[in-house]
Amino acid sequence: MSQLATWRTGSTRVLPGFGLSMGISVLFISLVLLLPITGLFGQLAELSLAEYFAIITEGRVVASYMVTIGAAAVAALVNAIFGLLLAWVLVRYEFPGKRLLDALMDLPFALPTAVAGITLATLYAGSGWMGGLLEPLGFQVAYTWVGIALAMAFTSIPFVVRTVQPVLEDLPAEVDEAAMSLGATDGVAFRRVILPHIWPALVTGTGLAFVRSLGEFGAIIFIAGNMPYETEITALMIFVKLQEYDYAGASAIASVVLFVSLALLLAINIWQGRFVRRLHGGKG
Amino acid sequence: MRRIGDAPLIRRLLIATALVLSALFLLLPLVAIFAQAFSQGVMVFWTNVSNTFTLHAIGLTLMIALLTIPVCLVFGVALAWLVTRFSFPGRRILQTLIDIPFAVSPVVAGLIYLLLYGRNGWIGSWLDTYDIQLMFAWPGILMVTIFVTCPFVARELIPLMQAQGSREEEAAVTLGASGWTTFRRVTLPNIRWALLYGVILTNARAVGEFGAVSVVSGAIRGQTNTLPLHLEQLYQDYNAVGAFACAALLALIALLTLAAKAGLEWRASRREAFA
Amino acid sequence: MSIRLNNIAKHFGNTQALEPINLDIHEGELVGLLGPSGSGKTTLLRIIAGLENADRTAQPGQILFGDRDVTNVHVRDRRIGFVFQHYALFRHMSVYDNVAFGLTVLSRKRRPSSGEIRARVFRLLEMVKLEHLADRYPAQLSGGQQQRVSLARALAVEPEVLLLDEPFGALDAKVRQELRRWLRHLHDELNFTSVFVTHDQEEALELSDRVVVMSNGRIEQIDTPDELYRTPKNRFVFEFLGDVNHLEGKVSNGVLTCGDAYWHVDLPDGHEELLLRPHEVRLTEQPTSESHLPVTITAISPVGAEVRVELEADWLAQPWLATVRHTDFEHLALRRGQRLFAHPRHWRRFPKVTEKTTEQTRVA
Repeated sequence: MSQLATWRTGSTRVLPGFGLSMGISVLFISLVLLLPITGLFGQLAELSLAEYFAIITEGRVVASYMVTIGAAAVAALVNAIFGLLLAWVLVRYEFPGKRLLDALMDLPFALPTAVAGITLATLYAGSGWMGGLLEPLGFQVAYTWVGIALAMAFTSIPFVVRTVQPVLEDLPAEVDEAAMSLGATDGVAFRRVILPHIWPALVTGTGLAFVRSLGEFGAIIFIAGNMPYETEITALMIFVKLQEYDYAGASAIASVVLFVSLALLLAINIWQGRFVRRLHGGKG
Repeated sequence: MRRIGDAPLIRRLLIATALVLSALFLLLPLVAIFAQAFSQGVMVFWTNVSNTFTLHAIGLTLMIALLTIPVCLVFGVALAWLVTRFSFPGRRILQTLIDIPFAVSPVVAGLIYLLLYGRNGWIGSWLDTYDIQLMFAWPGILMVTIFVTCPFVARELIPLMQAQGSREEEAAVTLGASGWTTFRRVTLPNIRWALLYGVILTNARAVGEFGAVSVVSGAIRGQTNTLPLHLEQLYQDYNAVGAFACAALLALIALLTLAAKAGLEWRASRREAFA
Repeated sequence: MSIRLNNIAKHFGNTQALEPINLDIHEGELVGLLGPSGSGKTTLLRIIAGLENADRTAQPGQILFGDRDVTNVHVRDRRIGFVFQHYALFRHMSVYDNVAFGLTVLSRKRRPSSGEIRARVFRLLEMVKLEHLADRYPAQLSGGQQQRVSLARALAVEPEVLLLDEPFGALDAKVRQELRRWLRHLHDELNFTSVFVTHDQEEALELSDRVVVMSNGRIEQIDTPDELYRTPKNRFVFEFLGDVNHLEGKVSNGVLTCGDAYWHVDLPDGHEELLLRPHEVRLTEQPTSESHLPVTITAISPVGAEVRVELEADWLAQPWLATVRHTDFEHLALRRGQRLFAHPRHWRRFPKVTEKTTEQTRVA
């Protein structure tokens, strides 16, 4: 611990609790977050490389990647637009019910995913309120990939709204005024001044929504229909393998999901850091 | 003041679109939960809720949440204190690591615990020789719940404590306060609302976790069934009213969470206005 | 381009930010709007720019740019250049893109070719001496540099009117001085009409052709800096334009008395308050038969060409400030705690009841 102590820098040297907080944090992160991941590698080690690739490239599994990625991409894209609209309306305008709308934004985070799942499934089934409206028009939502995308969009909309909102709030009125005084119309000013300003936040929020959608399980399985090759998501594939006591198969697919989500998380962090540096100083 | 997008027509159009879409997309499901739960009257709802298995599921869920919160609280405060009050190599890595549970699919989270602590895992098999079984029992549920919820308190505290800086704590230390006194008398009053909000979020997630828990619980009725799992079983058994009765209970907790958040934000904005 | 305001007023809710105002600004003039915070100067500037609307009352106000009525013209079509206090640069754009912005948003018909835009931007950047920083982002520039970029950006669209809101307020004293001189130079060279807002009287007096002094949403006086300083129309203007010493007492039989101090003064009997500037106070070692104003030196600070001396006395409610030339300072061998006698060289009085036109000045 004495070596750790020398790392403490000038202004914070006087504060106590470095050893204790470091001890708790490192112990917790090691035991709770990192140690279990070793279990996954342990399981994977029992597979040969050929077996591993056979599992993760099996037709039904690949189809589930396609369904998951496709639906998550659509959900993220829809959320990017819808979330931007909501953040904009909540920051820029005053209207009755604004506080309620603002509170409602967090609903998908607060509502257990299984509750969201059965509710959406019931609403959009042929006998449900929305399904009853849409199906006669030829739109089938439940038990199709549209339903999967819908459930994904529902659970991840707060990521976009809550990431964009504070950045939009920080944009001073003077920037709008400067753009207008230079002759820009609303459309041009939005596209060339406001959008670039909130772009990092919008991409980050959309990225987080996408990552969340890739892993979402509870909200989707009820509305998905879970037809092999058609509406089966990857998280369900893992679950199915587990139910068949195929731990190796489950681990192989899980490793793909884990790798992709961690890589995306890292990419989002790095990307965000690059923009923050440009907007707030630093050379280059 | 004139700003971009303040033209009355654009304004009204955007507000109307946002309201209509939010009502359809967010509010309608919320209404549907309660409509379904009470679709056959209050009595049926009550019968469903007071069913032995439901009551047991509620009890287990609450117990898990109650055990999860203190663990996440201690970890969250310790980590936030560490990364906002000291600078050391690896600080950024620590901050990135705590985001892992947000990025990892709940099913994958359940799976990695199952692999490690299950009967075939290297820790699980060792524990098995002492006849200790963590998976498919409540300790397993607790463990994965802690995994999924551990970032919330820390994520609420870190930005706040970063913004507040350590001047006040330094002042307390120069006045001769001990470490614990400094924390209790200076830091805690400054962060208590963020702490409370972190706890509320942790609770909401702990109560509602589904994917990870469903992997490790085994879902034995009356034994390892949490409320969300119980709800799923009822739904699969075509007992929609029973499922939605459970859903309504969980939705109520969600609504309380939203209300608490709105209340805390209102409080914060009022304090800012008076400052 | 001349600017004419007729009957322009502004309310924010129930508070009146501007009383109905008339103002004529000539073509090519550099006019400063001077006043304390809350005087309505920024509101007036923003109304000229079109960033704020004047009240629409029974007799609505009118804003004319030359012969063009711009009262209901949107800010984007007024062809003004506006420079913000905190620069309001677009943070995600390079210096070059910031300056080019106004040109690139022109409709395709009116937009110059990209080569021409480039030439014009670099001419402007050369003018503000920042051509070497064209590729930098605003966050990488100092405050003074950012304000120069902001000025170049406003000038790129060749506005006929340049409006500046506390343009140097956020900068430190030395940079401010430099930019002031440079703005004056630019204004004389390019000959547009400029209006700027400031709360700094020194800045207003140094930079403006004419100064508009404002308080509480009213125009107190419009004059050249010289006239303003010599003949302030009322007490507010006089007090706002510099340090003021107050001499308050009772006059009877041509003698003003205040505690143990007295002074012969040619005024009718009654209570009087006389105002004088620091340079209008003379210090001597002995009283005269005309004046007996004993004071004690409490602080001395040499500032530039003169020495500022702070004076206190029992008969003074507030300390006085006197400025002394260095030669006098040495001659009198001034030091803290020294007792001396003050002699007003020149003074003014603004009777409190009616603040207008009753100013009197006397040479003592």
